[in-house]
Amino acid sequence: MGLAKRVIPCLDVDQGRVMKGVQFVDIRDAGDPVEIAKRYDQQGADEITFLDITASHEDRDTMVHVVEDIASQVFIPLTVGGGIRQLSDIRKMLNAGADKVGINTAAVFNPEFVGEAAARFGSQCIVVAIDAKKVSSENEQARWEIFTHGGRKPTGIDAVEWAVKMVGLGAGELLLTSMDRDGTKDGFDLALTRAVSDAVAVPVIASGGVGNLEHLADGVIEGHADAVLAASIFHFGQHTMGEAKKRMEERGIEVRW
Amino acid sequence: MQKLAIIDYGMGNLHSVSKAVQTVAPEQEVIVTSCPDTIYQADRVIFPGVGAIRDCMSEIHRLNIGEIVANFVKEKPVLGICVGMQALMNFSEENGGVDCLGLVDGRVKYFGDQHVDQDGTRLKVPHMGWNIVHQQVPHPLWKDVPQDTRFYFVHSYHIHCDNANKVAATANYGITFDAALFDNNLFAVQFHPEKSQHAGLQLLKNFTQWNGKF
Repeated sequence: MGLAKRVIPCLDVDQGRVMKGVQFVDIRDAGDPVEIAKRYDQQGADEITFLDITASHEDRDTMVHVVEDIASQVFIPLTVGGGIRQLSDIRKMLNAGADKVGINTAAVFNPEFVGEAAARFGSQCIVVAIDAKKVSSENEQARWEIFTHGGRKPTGIDAVEWAVKMVGLGAGELLLTSMDRDGTKDGFDLALTRAVSDAVAVPVIASGGVGNLEHLADGVIEGHADAVLAASIFHFGQHTMGEAKKRMEERGIEVRW
Repeated sequence: MQKLAIIDYGMGNLHSVSKAVQTVAPEQEVIVTSCPDTIYQADRVIFPGVGAIRDCMSEIHRLNIGEIVANFVKEKPVLGICVGMQALMNFSEENGGVDCLGLVDGRVKYFGDQHVDQDGTRLKVPHMGWNIVHQQVPHPLWKDVPQDTRFYFVHSYHIHCDNANKVAATANYGITFDAALFDNNLFAVQFHPEKSQHAGLQLLKNFTQWNGKF
């Protein structure tokens, strides 16, 4: 018995309200972030991740207040991503009560930012979010590339090499999302998850595609993920944290109760 | 009104610790400060810390926090958290080796780049997530915290205390390490009670009521 594999609900937040975009296009309202965070905390979520999906163009202070409200009532680790571009963005979120920040696009355009952030705030709070898409064809060796802008723009950067580079610069954890699977409910891209997780020393959170509880267990067992992240199966009452952990435990995974 | 000071030496986010303590002890005044007089006037002190040990020690020295903690703990209760706990030891291997405060004899060691568990499975570093904390003594800070409860950890370096009689709890991650220490008025934890939900809040509540005796 030792470290438990983590189950992390993810809340996409748009102007202070929780949303879940299907492939980032068809968006439905799923409620108040503070109430939802409290519900997940009571259900036994191991952490909660917030992605501010409006951060790039709307005012960001709404999210700071949401994080402050949640951090005053929910005493488990909180990660905030979306629109983190400069050291002052990180400081603002950490001061509001976030424990970790997710850096995505800014890392692609300026990898040194990850190094600066880790040096200033410590690797333990720097999560690099990697959005990857398969670019190899069926009969080739599998290869994934980093995509930006919600999976629309290719960068030509190899996902596994990128993961190794980000950890070298000081990322303390990786949030790996398959843009092919995100919103599909077909399960994680397990080959991608395993390739990245096996290539780095730091924990990897698998994301993108969870449609049922078996997918969560598959992410750990076959994908070698240290944590699994999902949104819609939890948001719309399809499953509770408890059901997720029970199924994972039945499949031999150590979880926290 | 009892006062609790959380020492702010610029390393990391003290919002969570402060909110957690206010939640469990609404009748106490909670102050986040680096002011020596304010700290000395408090009834209890929390000595937190995140980030790299070299940066932490450099700020601790610059603000004379080491001497303040050493003086305070002779009289009143101190709770060290995470790097705050590591800073109490003699020496840390982090950042090429850094001398620490030496208030407790022992060293801070790296888990290692090729860290594996007993059956050879590779273990990720940092050790991040919820692990089992095995209490070694019936200390007042464990009141109403069940044996082998999980707490939230985030660290790449771990404590090895020279004196086994000062170990309040151990945890296992490939190796068994010291997850909590005690010494008279001092209690220190490697995990984050402010992020460890019910059990963490209970430990913080116990600290706000602790008279330093065991």
